Amino acid sequence: MSKWINVVALDQIPLLGSRVVRNGELKIAVFRGSDDQVYAIRDACPHKQGPLSQGIMHGNSVTCPLHNWKIDLTSGKALGVDEGCANLFPVRVAAGQVQLQLTPEPLAE
Amino acid sequence: MKQRLVLVGNGMAGMRAIEELLKLEPEKYEITVFGSEPYGNYNRIMLSPVLASEQTIDDIILNTPEWYAENNITLHTGKLVTEIDRVQQRVVCADGTTADYDRVILATGSNPFMIPMPGIDKQGVLGFRDIADVDTMLAASQQHKKAVVIGGGLLGLEAANGLMKQGMDVTVVHLLDSLMERQLDPPASAMLKTSLEERGMTFMMEAQTAAILGDERVTAVQFADGSQVDADLVVMAVGIRPNIELAQNSGVYCERGVVVDDTMQTYDPKIYAVGECVQHRGNCYGLVAPLFEQAKVCSNHLAQLGYGLYEGSVTSTKLKVTGIDLFSAGDFNEGEGDEVLLMQDPSQGVYKKLVIRDNRIKGAVLYGDTMDGTWYFQLLREGTDISDFRSTIMFGQHDLGDAGHGDEARVAMLSDSAEICGCNGVSKGDIVCAIQTQGLFTLDDVRAHTKASASCGSCTGLVESLLASTVGSGYSAAPSKKPVCGCTEHSHDDVISAVKTHELKSMRAVFDFFEWKTPDGCAACRPALNYYLLARWPEEYQDDAQSRFINERAHGNIQKDGTYSVIPRMFGGLCTPKDLRTIADVCDKFDVPEMKVTGGQRIDMLGIKKEDLPLVWKDLSAAGFVSGHAYGKAMRTVKTCVGKTWCRFGTQDSTGLGVKLEELTWGSWMPHKFKLAVSGCPRNCAEATIKDFGVVCVDSGYELHVGGNGGIKLRMTDLLCKIDTEEQVLEYCGAFTQLYREEAHYLERTAPWVERVGLEHIKQCVVEDEAERKRLHERFKVGQKQSQIDPWKARAEGAEKNEFRSIEVVEA
Ligand code: SRM
Ligand SMILES: Cc1cc2nc3c(=O)[nH]c(=O)nc-3n(C[C@H](O)[C@H](O)[C@H](O)COP(=O)(O)OP(=O)(O)OC[C@H]3O[C@@H](n4cnc5c(N)ncnc54)[C@H](O)[C@@H]3O)c2cc1C
Ligand code: SF4
Ligand code: FES
Repeated sequence: MSKWINVVALDQIPLLGSRVVRNGELKIAVFRGSDDQVYAIRDACPHKQGPLSQGIMHGNSVTCPLHNWKIDLTSGKALGVDEGCANLFPVRVAAGQVQLQLTPEPLAE
Repeated sequence: MKQRLVLVGNGMAGMRAIEELLKLEPEKYEITVFGSEPYGNYNRIMLSPVLASEQTIDDIILNTPEWYAENNITLHTGKLVTEIDRVQQRVVCADGTTADYDRVILATGSNPFMIPMPGIDKQGVLGFRDIADVDTMLAASQQHKKAVVIGGGLLGLEAANGLMKQGMDVTVVHLLDSLMERQLDPPASAMLKTSLEERGMTFMMEAQTAAILGDERVTAVQFADGSQVDADLVVMAVGIRPNIELAQNSGVYCERGVVVDDTMQTYDPKIYAVGECVQHRGNCYGLVAPLFEQAKVCSNHLAQLGYGLYEGSVTSTKLKVTGIDLFSAGDFNEGEGDEVLLMQDPSQGVYKKLVIRDNRIKGAVLYGDTMDGTWYFQLLREGTDISDFRSTIMFGQHDLGDAGHGDEARVAMLSDSAEICGCNGVSKGDIVCAIQTQGLFTLDDVRAHTKASASCGSCTGLVESLLASTVGSGYSAAPSKKPVCGCTEHSHDDVISAVKTHELKSMRAVFDFFEWKTPDGCAACRPALNYYLLARWPEEYQDDAQSRFINERAHGNIQKDGTYSVIPRMFGGLCTPKDLRTIADVCDKFDVPEMKVTGGQRIDMLGIKKEDLPLVWKDLSAAGFVSGHAYGKAMRTVKTCVGKTWCRFGTQDSTGLGVKLEELTWGSWMPHKFKLAVSGCPRNCAEATIKDFGVVCVDSGYELHVGGNGGIKLRMTDLLCKIDTEEQVLEYCGAFTQLYREEAHYLERTAPWVERVGLEHIKQCVVEDEAERKRLHERFKVGQKQSQIDPWKARAEGAEKNEFRSIEVVEA
């Protein structure tokens, strides 16, 4: 079993914004919704690997900064007519700290 | 428990209301649909091409039984509703089926009007309304030869054309002396008649039918003067009557149609009505575009959003007879005080007429060349003042200062593989196929399904032409009031004016005021709102970084590999050896992979890692550089030429003036990018006449040019005015810029803005009204106090540091 790692205090992520967490080559974008819900997704758009962390977040999705694909942060899947899926990572908030596991969840169907 | 919604009438208007409702509130209702025809909803307007064998029934089905099942809708086909029991709140069918309701949508359409005359009930006499009618006609054409169509209107001519294509001899009988008299003026009508005659159609004009003759089946039609024409098939297409029988029997108030208010509610608040069965403000409509607008309003109220209002429609018509191009809209019969613009080229078969009142289009008739129909229709509905381009309006949109597409005619001739949308690689075939198979009607539909025109938008005109040519007048031209995005029904203008008059000073206030449909907007509306708030309340509104596109949040251009580019400002393109040395040192120090001179007279450093940006900026700002805003919807560059200081032709100090203009305007956030240039003489080496604001120096002073664009659609500037001094140039520039900042829609560059509001309006505010000019310029300077704080310096000193830092974790 993977273990939970403290990465950053929740209030260090702007509302509707993100931070990038690195582990060697691996980059994970951690988002904070307007309701303080957190999401963690591989920081590479299924389209052409655009950095999703740099996109505009709204509701529980993010619009990729490169070509405007919309990615659902609860499933990792592209919304609308686009098809593709990015890995999600287990994430939670405990005592004001965002915690992450570094092993991705299986891709959504 | 879910509320129960029952739709009576499984046709185009009713089902559109259901589809719109599913988009807004998919879970609110348990939906039951009754239709007296034995099919799902189909595209009725395409019955004409089906009759002409250009399409099949399968092509025109809009909602399959599987679709209803997937959306949890109970569908009863082949069931006629005979009663609405308004006390028990229950609908009852002829076969005894019932359904209880909380709300009903009545969408029973209309019936063809059958002239009451002897013999009207004989076999072989029918209207043209549904699939059954088309089947009957197709079967008759196999066995019989002679058809008579009564009625020379749109429907009659389409029926006649289809039957002729099936090999029948067709005579069209018309009571009046000109065809389609409600859509065409006499000259266009005469041209239409000639060209249909050339195809083999026979006409009997000013003929009054008196009786249908025959035993069981029709054999002939008799006229008031006693003459006869043989016929094995008679199609009656003299008009439609709203189908109000059910409503009347159930005690719902009706006049000519079921009477509804602006929310599409009938006199019984539990019953809504949409479509051809409806009478709204005294009007009944018989075309789909207005019915779709009604459906949208109806669903808005069923979803309990409660702000949509239907205020009536202006309609346009196209005839769907392949090979004949005909378009009409509005009121094209000139009255007193109206003017007529006319263009006729009989040898080419072209006739165009525009009726103008008070410099606005009131009606249009086009025959032979209908390419600009949608454009005229848009001008008509929006009430655009056409004085600025009146002299060329008859030649169409592509003649308009090069701002149009110029090649819409091409689209019809293109092969299916031709690429329409260069950004997303979508071909003509893909688009036409999507329109036909998915039943698309609007530009937004096409964008959502194919992505065509969803990116840079330069192919929008082509896509609109494809829509118009594929679905005929079923194509709902984009509504005259375009919503900001899918999160609201309200337009950019609504937002701009509410922010001002209701003093909305935060994004939340705007969301609440307009009851935004999403909790925190989307990537399209948030940047727009952020801009409007910032432009209106520069001293009070707190800029929201998370509502800015990444380039503006990170103050650099994001590149395809996720690195950034850095372009420092070089005022007026001037630089010193020390400046160049600083840039060279930065490039060495940070291993910048590429340096490039940009098209905007300055230097680009490409491929910089995000974490390095604050460090790069620190070195640059220590040497006096500020951000070049090459990444922003903001003032970009002021291009200059060398001017009178060196050039043998120079008339004024164009470089110096360029520097002053850049010092005035740098840092200003705009609806879109904004570029300036100053040329020292009319040779115009700085290309000032394709800039948003361009100055061309002449011996006697300065010519000011506005609204140029060198990008996707090339547009040359309009001359704003000529003035005498540099001080004036600065003041006029500030005033023009501020007017654009306050009035343009977000992402609308000056070129389309100038065309939308008209140069006259801009001249009025900036040139003629001196007091207004000074007020505008003053407001611009107030905004600049906040804007001219260099974002690079601030970040080099530690502002927003989280934006640029990533978090390293090591697995223990
Ligand atoms: C760097 C530069 C090309 C170069 O190497 O010379 C450039 C680069 C880009 N241009 Fe440009 N444009 C550059 C001069 C121009 C010019 C020429 C000029 O300004 O004289 C034009 C035509 C003139 C005009 O704007 O009217 C130009 C018309 C566009 C357009 C089309 C705008 C339009 O209204 O049609 C876009 C797309 C857009 O803005 O939506 C665009 C967009 C872009 C973007 C920002 C694409 C993007 O969204 O990522 C490019 C960013 C590349 C990068 O990461 O740095 N660029 N671009 C030029 C920067 C000038 C500067 O110093 O700031
Ligand atoms: C051949 C043809 C060509 C046309 N071409 C064009 C065109 O080019 N452009 C354009 O804009 N418009 C065109 N129209 C008009 C357009 O099709 C109509 O305006 C539109 O279909 C009306 O929609 P509706 O929902 O009001 O009625 P309908 O689409 O007629 O739907 C009403 C439905 O309700 C059913 N119904 C009625 N009463 C009951 C009941 N009591 N119980 C159960 N079901 C019931 C009917 O069977 C019918 O299926 C054309 C129409 C025809 C017939
Ligand atoms: S023209 Fe402009 S937007 Fe297109 S590739 Fe070149 S720099 Fe990029
Ligand atoms: S890389 Fe994300 S949309 Fe293209």
